Amino acid sequence: MPKLEEKPRIFLEEYRLKNAANDYGMADEKWNFKKFAKNFRIVIVRLDKFEMEFDLIGIQPAFANAFRRLMLSEVPSMAIEKVMITNNTSIIQDEVLAHRLGLIPLKADPRLFEYRPEDATEGTEFDTLEFSLKVKCTTNKSQPKDSYRTEDLYENHSVYSSQIKWHPIGNQTSVYKETDIGPVHGDILISKMRPGHELDLHLIAVKGIGKDHAKFSPVATASYRLLPEVTLTREIRGGQASILQSCFSPGVIGIDSDGKAFVKDARYDTCSRNVYRYEDIKDAVILSRVRNHFIFNVESVGAMPPNVIFVEAVKILRDKCKSLLDELNNF
Amino acid sequence: MGEINKKNNEWESTKGLREPIKCLEDKWKLVPSFLQVKGLVKQHIDSFNYFINVEIKKIVQANEKVFCDADPLFYIKYLNAYVGTPDLEEGFNMTKPTTPHECRLRDMTYSAPITVDIEYIRGNQRVIKNKQLIGRMPLMLRSSNCVLTNKSDFELAQLNECPHDPGGYFIIRGQEKVILIQEQLSRNRMIVDEFKGAIQCQVTSSTHEKKTRTNVIVKNGKYVLRHNALSDDIPIAVAFKAMGICSDQEIMQLVGSDDSIAKKMAPCIMDCHNLKIFTQNQALAYIGSKLKVKRFQTANAKARTPVDEARDLLATTILAHVAVENYNFYVKAIYLAIMVKRVIEAETNKAAIDDPDYYGNKRLELAGSLLALMFEDLFKRFNWELKSIADKIIPKVKAAPFDVVKHMRPDLIANGLFTAISTGNWTIKRFKMERHGVTQVLSRLSYISALGMMTRVNSQFEKTRKVSGPRSLQPSQWGMLCPSDTPEGEGCGLVKNLALMTHITTECSEEPISRLACNAGVEDVRLLGGEEINHPAVYMVFLNGNILGVTRQYKKLIKIFRMFRRRGLISSFVSIYPNHNQRTVYICSDGGRLCRPYIIVEKGYPLVQQIHINELNRGIRKFQDFLNDGLIEYLDVNEENDSHIATVEAEIDPYVTTHLEIEPFTILGVCAGLVPYPHHNQSPRNTYQCAMGKQAMGTIGYNQKNRIDTLMYNLVYPQCPMVKTRTIELTNFDKLPAGQNATVAVMSYSGYDIEDALILNRASIDRGYGRCLVYKSAKTTMKRYSNQTSDRILGPSRDANTGKIIKVHDILDTDGIAAPGEMVENRQVLINKQMPPATINPIGQGQPQQIDYKDVPITYKGPVESYIEKVMVSSNAEDAFLIKILLRQTRVPEIGDKFSSRHGQKGVTGLIVQQEDMPFNDRGICPDMIMNPHGFPSRMTVGKTIELLAGKAGLMEGKFHYGTAFGGSKVKDVCNELEKHGYNYHGKDIFYSGLTGEPLEAYIYSGPVYYQKLKHMVQDKMHARARGPRAVLTRQPTEGRSRDGGLRLGEMERDCLIGYGASMLLMERLMLASDAFSADICGACGRLASRAWCHACRSSAAVSTVEMPYACKLLFQELASMNIVPKLTLKKYC
Repeated sequence: MPKLEEKPRIFLEEYRLKNAANDYGMADEKWNFKKFAKNFRIVIVRLDKFEMEFDLIGIQPAFANAFRRLMLSEVPSMAIEKVMITNNTSIIQDEVLAHRLGLIPLKADPRLFEYRPEDATEGTEFDTLEFSLKVKCTTNKSQPKDSYRTEDLYENHSVYSSQIKWHPIGNQTSVYKETDIGPVHGDILISKMRPGHELDLHLIAVKGIGKDHAKFSPVATASYRLLPEVTLTREIRGGQASILQSCFSPGVIGIDSDGKAFVKDARYDTCSRNVYRYEDIKDAVILSRVRNHFIFNVESVGAMPPNVIFVEAVKILRDKCKSLLDELNNF
Repeated sequence: MGEINKKNNEWESTKGLREPIKCLEDKWKLVPSFLQVKGLVKQHIDSFNYFINVEIKKIVQANEKVFCDADPLFYIKYLNAYVGTPDLEEGFNMTKPTTPHECRLRDMTYSAPITVDIEYIRGNQRVIKNKQLIGRMPLMLRSSNCVLTNKSDFELAQLNECPHDPGGYFIIRGQEKVILIQEQLSRNRMIVDEFKGAIQCQVTSSTHEKKTRTNVIVKNGKYVLRHNALSDDIPIAVAFKAMGICSDQEIMQLVGSDDSIAKKMAPCIMDCHNLKIFTQNQALAYIGSKLKVKRFQTANAKARTPVDEARDLLATTILAHVAVENYNFYVKAIYLAIMVKRVIEAETNKAAIDDPDYYGNKRLELAGSLLALMFEDLFKRFNWELKSIADKIIPKVKAAPFDVVKHMRPDLIANGLFTAISTGNWTIKRFKMERHGVTQVLSRLSYISALGMMTRVNSQFEKTRKVSGPRSLQPSQWGMLCPSDTPEGEGCGLVKNLALMTHITTECSEEPISRLACNAGVEDVRLLGGEEINHPAVYMVFLNGNILGVTRQYKKLIKIFRMFRRRGLISSFVSIYPNHNQRTVYICSDGGRLCRPYIIVEKGYPLVQQIHINELNRGIRKFQDFLNDGLIEYLDVNEENDSHIATVEAEIDPYVTTHLEIEPFTILGVCAGLVPYPHHNQSPRNTYQCAMGKQAMGTIGYNQKNRIDTLMYNLVYPQCPMVKTRTIELTNFDKLPAGQNATVAVMSYSGYDIEDALILNRASIDRGYGRCLVYKSAKTTMKRYSNQTSDRILGPSRDANTGKIIKVHDILDTDGIAAPGEMVENRQVLINKQMPPATINPIGQGQPQQIDYKDVPITYKGPVESYIEKVMVSSNAEDAFLIKILLRQTRVPEIGDKFSSRHGQKGVTGLIVQQEDMPFNDRGICPDMIMNPHGFPSRMTVGKTIELLAGKAGLMEGKFHYGTAFGGSKVKDVCNELEKHGYNYHGKDIFYSGLTGEPLEAYIYSGPVYYQKLKHMVQDKMHARARGPRAVLTRQPTEGRSRDGGLRLGEMERDCLIGYGASMLLMERLMLASDAFSADICGACGRLASRAWCHACRSSAAVSTVEMPYACKLLFQELASMNIVPKLTLKKYC
């Protein structure tokens, strides 16, 4: 069995993925904290408000997967859960409208809120955000003549998420600024209306987790891939080199000044395995992926920055381990 | 033309030298251009338009005069007839124009008045009255008199109508009804077939007055004439003699003077001699003696001799469609001779037997012609009624002169037409025709189901008979009927669907055609003798089954006709084709023939050039221009068989080809046209999809929110398929879609995906995948009764103690009707209606009575609550209050809901998996759906795999790929596109297990596939019962989910238990859990006792209680009631 330092690989053959012959998977290996601490590395490659790419190197897939799963389904976020409909004369049905509103990402740090108790009928300032949406479509009185564009004919013919208004309850005004709370994106179309249509809604957002409903998931998606590796087994030149280059994502294969192909950077290869289309060069490449090098990609929905989401996921795993240990110890 | 004028091999070499014919670019654009003029249901509309604008006038003219027995001077004469524009009668002779949508909502009939101009005698005066109402005609939507015709989309929207709605149906009492296209054998044509081993030639003649069938059959080696009006078969020679062909030589010359024919005819002639029939009178007397005795003989009929009767019969009933003037039977005799000749020919040459399934011999009857039959029948009855009223009233002495107009009741014709369409029972008295199921309710499950219904062709053939002939696909159906779209089961092959470009002809006038034929060298047959008619160089010309004449230059005749047709000098739907075996030329101008446009090819080049297509693209050329310029022509099934048609340009053979197919995908119909890459699928899969596409939910029209249907399924977020077909665009399916593009991973996952079960992603469902709306409606009317009472609605009732509104009335508004937006639970009242008792004296004299109203609330039933979408209060045709409530449910996919792709691959949801447990690929994509790969090998739906590939490439490229039949995006191009975007060219990606986080060993084929949610959902099917209602008679549990019935332990299950020997379980299941009953039995006499007292023995000494099924006790009692005494012998148990 190869040691972790030796970079365990999985080979991308033409018709299947295959581990190295003597590799029986990392699950068999005994976990050693010291060794893990020595080898484990996190490299943040890219981080902005909504997206983050980072590498977890030297970790078991079970851990990496646990973080991915936690980010998807157990890191909490705020979402609209209840819609009190006073008036809805638009063509969208009440249930559909409520569903659409629920899916709007909210800008509110879930760490500052509590879960609403199951038996609670009234929300409190600590577990609830209240919004309202009151829109009425009318004919535009000052419409320009001869124009038949909807935007000239009617007012409020489209309802956007920016029209959702926050109503602080209790002490919330002093805790949060107006800009802290509200939909992340103002341009989400909620409904289209025509004169006579009216919406008068009272929205209640609570904290929840993705397991209950996808709208509570703080990420659009969080996933990882294994680091690709491309190895050339023989020299490839000329026309074959350019064919080889075209088989990979741009920037993976370089051609040097004397027309020889070399592997520049396999990291951003899409692993499309299209080399196998060409009989004459398919024997010249070995495609593989490093099995303990996870390239994570976290796309936040907007409530929390992606790095925070990951840290939250780690905390949840820690808490879970703790409670398991407590259970075991108290047993 | 159809002749193969191919020269010999010396010319063959030049074929290679011809420059290859270039493929016309965008040739398919002719199809939308065709559909733009013709529309998808133009057949129905054309036929109906012809009826209300032309044929109704002809019918009225044919029955124009009504006389009266009582007054010889009295008469009514119809001068003209009109069908008006749709309106509603509002009482007091007031009418109001209406729209189809109003009729749908208010349960009214969308109809227009039929008015006539009449001239009649009132007293001693001749009076002319215009615009006299005689009835009402149900109007076909989008017909010439409908308010929807020639309206822009905006105007249609104002009328609450969907611009994509095809029309072509009727609205009768609020219900949308379609008159299905009826297929039948063509009339007035000779059809030679083999019936029980004997050859026969059959002609079904049909004229306005009569419909009769005449047969010439072989009986004991002799030819006889058989007809329903005759009690016995008539030897053919007698029939000829009765028609005035008295000499045997003349008969032989007419039939043919060949030795072989003479030999076969000899016994028939002999027969005639044996009967001692030599003159026409003798022959007629013989036929007169064989007449069927009429049941009702009228006064003047008695005065007639059998000879007169026979002569009349020959003239008007036998071969009724061959006109006889002044009892000159010559043409009819020739016709009969041809029939005999056909039989003789078929006896020696089996190939001469006609194929009864051949589509050229079929005619399709449409709404127009069916309604015409019905109208003529009703109109005749209307006139008959007027006559009998006149007969009755005129003799009486009255103050005012008899005015027949006052007795013209429009109800007869109106109700006759309405009930015919609403029940589908077509009873035509004069033809003794009785047909059921002619109409069907338009299925509005999805847009496609409505469209599919409009193109349906119903066969008259019996569905129960086990024959394959009429069910199998006939080669002559090519291009006319969809090869895929037919139901499974009993209707298989009998119910068909029209292909995309099929047109059904309406009849056009014969006169100009016969004139043209005569000018083109057709000689009148009346001037010729038998020898000339049967001359081998001569071809006989038929027009719509009638003899027109003979010609020596049939090629010239055909050429002239085709030239005239292409020039537009005669109707483009006239067809002409030769039959070389019969040496005949047939010209057809009758209605109901199937035809289809083709590009004309001359000298090896299609006449449609790129230049024309470019003009079409620029919009300066329309489909009609192609027809007018003689570039495209319509061919019917028969003429198609006389042509050589190339499917694609490359197939054109310069010496043979006469026509070029416009687009091969048009051989499929509307439903099959939805399938992408159908030419890659196993054919039954396409058939399955045709049936399933009609069950898919989605959008049914732009006006769906304004409709109040009894049941409507809508998808919340319908999508246009990623892989489109041309047909999808032509039928506007992309604008009214029924389905969603699901990202599918073809892999196995858990064990919950066996037997085609699907795995769904929870997060996809949370985000709206497969979410649907189910609308149901409840309705009631507030009737007014003759005794001055009427139904009433009360407001919600309050509890006597608490003063609160009771639970079941919780959702009622103060007016007693449920309020919109409320949530309704099981058994809650929607309308709190009350009805007065039926027997109550009219309130008149004295004090007003107290009426005891009976509660008849409209309640909601269903395990899952609904919401009230809207409430409509209106009035219906009887002026009664009409209340309709629309209920709505939003349903999220759950385990057991049925989904299907467009390749006949249906499956139910087996498991719903959390997103984190779903496999994901390098790009973080989780599939919406997992499908087990075992679904592919046996189904061979290669089209589905290509759809997935093309869909995936389309996503990356940001465009729709096309999976049009016999065309569409090539797999190679699609793969290259995938490769361009960094995907594997096979469409297979690396996936990681969501559970372990490790990559899966296999590459997973994944991408978007268009999935339809079918209407079968667990919520409508789930059923369980512990205790519940029982049937009154047997005391056994009721049957069926709707009655909360029990689940039957059937015979086979019972056999299992018997075999196993579980007697106590059997006892429990069959008796205790069903209808256990303790019966008192008298041990002495063995009879049933009552209340521990045996009536027979007059004692209670031996009575004991026995547990038995109630059904058993019932049987004993029933037997006893018919004097059979069942006796039980009782013994002590254990």
